[in-house]
Amino acid sequence: MNSEAVHAGSHGGDGGSEHFEPKILVFCCNWCSYAGADLAGVSRLQMPPYFRTIRVMCSARVDPEFVIRAFEKGADGVLVAGCHPADCHYIGGNYRTRRRMALMKMLIQQFGFDPDRLRLEWVSAGEGEKFQKTIIEFTNTVKEMGPTPYKGGV
Amino acid sequence: MAEKKAAANEKPRIGVFVCHCGSNIGGFVDVPSVAEYAKTLPDVVYSTDNLYTCAEDGLASIREGIRKHDLNRVIVASCTPRTHAPLFQATCESAGLNKYMFTFVNIREHCSWVHMKEKDKASKKAKDLIRMGVARARLLEPQEEAKVEVTPASVVVGGGVSGMTAALSMADMGFPVHLVERDGELGGFIRNLNNLYVTEKSASETIKPLIEKVKAHKNIHLHLNSQLKGVEGFIGNYEVVIGTKGAEDLKAKVGTIVIATGALEFVPEGLYGYNQYPNVVTLTEFEILCKKKTLPKLKNVAFIQCVGSRGQVKSYCSRICCNVAIKNAINIVDNYENMLGLMEKSGTVVEKIPVETKATDEIMERRRRRRGRERGEEGEAEEVKLGPSEKIEVTVFNRDVMAYGVEHELTYNKAREKRVKFVRYTTDHLPKVYMEGNQLMIAYFHETLKLERTMPVDMVVLSTPLVGQPDAGELSQMLKVPLGQEGFFLEAHVKLRPVDFATDGIYVCGTCRGPADITECATQASAAASRAAIPMAKGYVQAEALTSVVDETKCSGCGTCIQVCPYGALRKNEKGYAEVIVAACKGCGCCGATCPEGAITMTNYTDAQLLAESRAALEEV
Repeated sequence: MNSEAVHAGSHGGDGGSEHFEPKILVFCCNWCSYAGADLAGVSRLQMPPYFRTIRVMCSARVDPEFVIRAFEKGADGVLVAGCHPADCHYIGGNYRTRRRMALMKMLIQQFGFDPDRLRLEWVSAGEGEKFQKTIIEFTNTVKEMGPTPYKGGV
Repeated sequence: MAEKKAAANEKPRIGVFVCHCGSNIGGFVDVPSVAEYAKTLPDVVYSTDNLYTCAEDGLASIREGIRKHDLNRVIVASCTPRTHAPLFQATCESAGLNKYMFTFVNIREHCSWVHMKEKDKASKKAKDLIRMGVARARLLEPQEEAKVEVTPASVVVGGGVSGMTAALSMADMGFPVHLVERDGELGGFIRNLNNLYVTEKSASETIKPLIEKVKAHKNIHLHLNSQLKGVEGFIGNYEVVIGTKGAEDLKAKVGTIVIATGALEFVPEGLYGYNQYPNVVTLTEFEILCKKKTLPKLKNVAFIQCVGSRGQVKSYCSRICCNVAIKNAINIVDNYENMLGLMEKSGTVVEKIPVETKATDEIMERRRRRRGRERGEEGEAEEVKLGPSEKIEVTVFNRDVMAYGVEHELTYNKAREKRVKFVRYTTDHLPKVYMEGNQLMIAYFHETLKLERTMPVDMVVLSTPLVGQPDAGELSQMLKVPLGQEGFFLEAHVKLRPVDFATDGIYVCGTCRGPADITECATQASAAASRAAIPMAKGYVQAEALTSVVDETKCSGCGTCIQVCPYGALRKNEKGYAEVIVAACKGCGCCGATCPEGAITMTNYTDAQLLAESRAALEEV
């Protein structure tokens, strides 16, 4: 597993944004954002390879705990993507998500995280380009902020 | 085959099938090394790579893998689950594995296709994604899809054309239908109308047979002066309360609900002198005047189209008003004789036809030439009997005429042949209605002549859009179905499910979901009736297997989940704990994320599974 060593090494290493390969966790709702990410793929829209996507049925499934746990396990950034307002497959799940993530941004700040490490974005099934743009932007944001300040302590 | 491998407590035996998808994945990800890596993951007992896993030999390798290696969980790492998941799930089922023991890992759309220039990093990502899939698969449990019985009866809310058509359609199929109408009479909005376009038949005559059929049908229970007062339950098992004026509330059990509450006409308060000057009426008020034969003697009528719609007050185009205005314009011209019969009624007679004063010589010259040409080419034009239109001027001020449909363009042409004038206006120069002494006047900017002009009129008819019922919001909350920004009900899918709501068992048709003419309402109503008939004819529905489950030992009975559920799928049971109505649950997981006690589990998307996936993604390897 030599190729992985680069990733692991960068974390404890120089921390310079040049070699830093951030760990970004993306939660996508099944109906809009996951399909938007699919469209980005079908359209061959290239993006940085540092995000890992978890599919949930609705962005409202993203328990605030999932966000905290992700940061606890070393995520450098968490992106939650859902349907546009008024477009939720489950009528209004995304409105719940919007409120929860607004609170979570305040909360992670209390823990010493830059609130920009958590991002909420609406990506519809037709917005492959927006998904790409979001991933590129968010990767750059996280790269600029550098590795997570959390080192595994309590 | 019996699902012998479904037991949850068995030790996981995972098989991983990594797909090359030809070169779609194989060209950008080192597939063999990924498949090799999968073998090192916990509980993976078998791993292989296929050129095309979705091809027959790929599917055969899954079946063989399940059999040979006694797999109780299958992972396919290939494309998006949104297309091929059902195929692979069916393959697992055919080999005796519960379909919920299958995990899809997307290494094409989310990996090879978006990281085409970084094979190393794409391969590493593919490995990470499979590691996440394995972490999830280890915790999967088999799920069963429950059958829920459907009461073969329906309630239709609204007794207009849509409601009556839907009710009749279902009643003819043999289902008992409760038809709930707020007024004391059936017919809805049409009762206002004089005649209907294309057929030129009287509106009340047209719907009379429909009303009679509805009244006489043995399967239709008609509730006039009634309203839907309460709804509880879920598809197949709704308990509705029908409240009738002066009678006791009636409870009925139905399997489906059809909403056909119709629309109202927008009242153009403050626009074009409405309610300010005499003889400024809306299109429907004009129809009522025609119908009651109380129209005053008219010499000069102006229609103004798009009043309050298309960006003025409402954003949308009401679609039907162009055709309705054209119909009425033709009526005025054709029925002029009839109107003379009403001469004794009050009304202003305009003696002089206005002549514009501002026209330049150039324009006058052009007009003279044109007149000459008309005479020259058509010769007989002067002698053609002009008929009543000579005596009455009808002008339709429009932004653009949308005479959509097979017949209507011809009707539009017919109106022009009958010398109905169509004058275009733009939103920069709206026509202005005002009084000059006792004379109603319209000032407008003639787009072609580029001239400000005025004309006296006897009556101004304002074509205003249809708007949603003012109390549609209450119904939307009662049924938990969405209402759009413009106050119309929102269907489940604008293209593919136009008469369904996202909530199973509730359907929508007619003008309560947007402006539509009678033909369209009847079409939608027939569609809604046949959609509603599907579960009723089948007698059962397959409930969503992926639902929330409440652990009563952890539930504190706070009720937060009940508040956030968009489907009303949670309620408090007699012990005060939350309870899931499985048939109503759609599995979004909103309640699971809300529960402060962690008492709610989403099957197949449990906290444990999602956290394991997340941990695996972030693991240092």
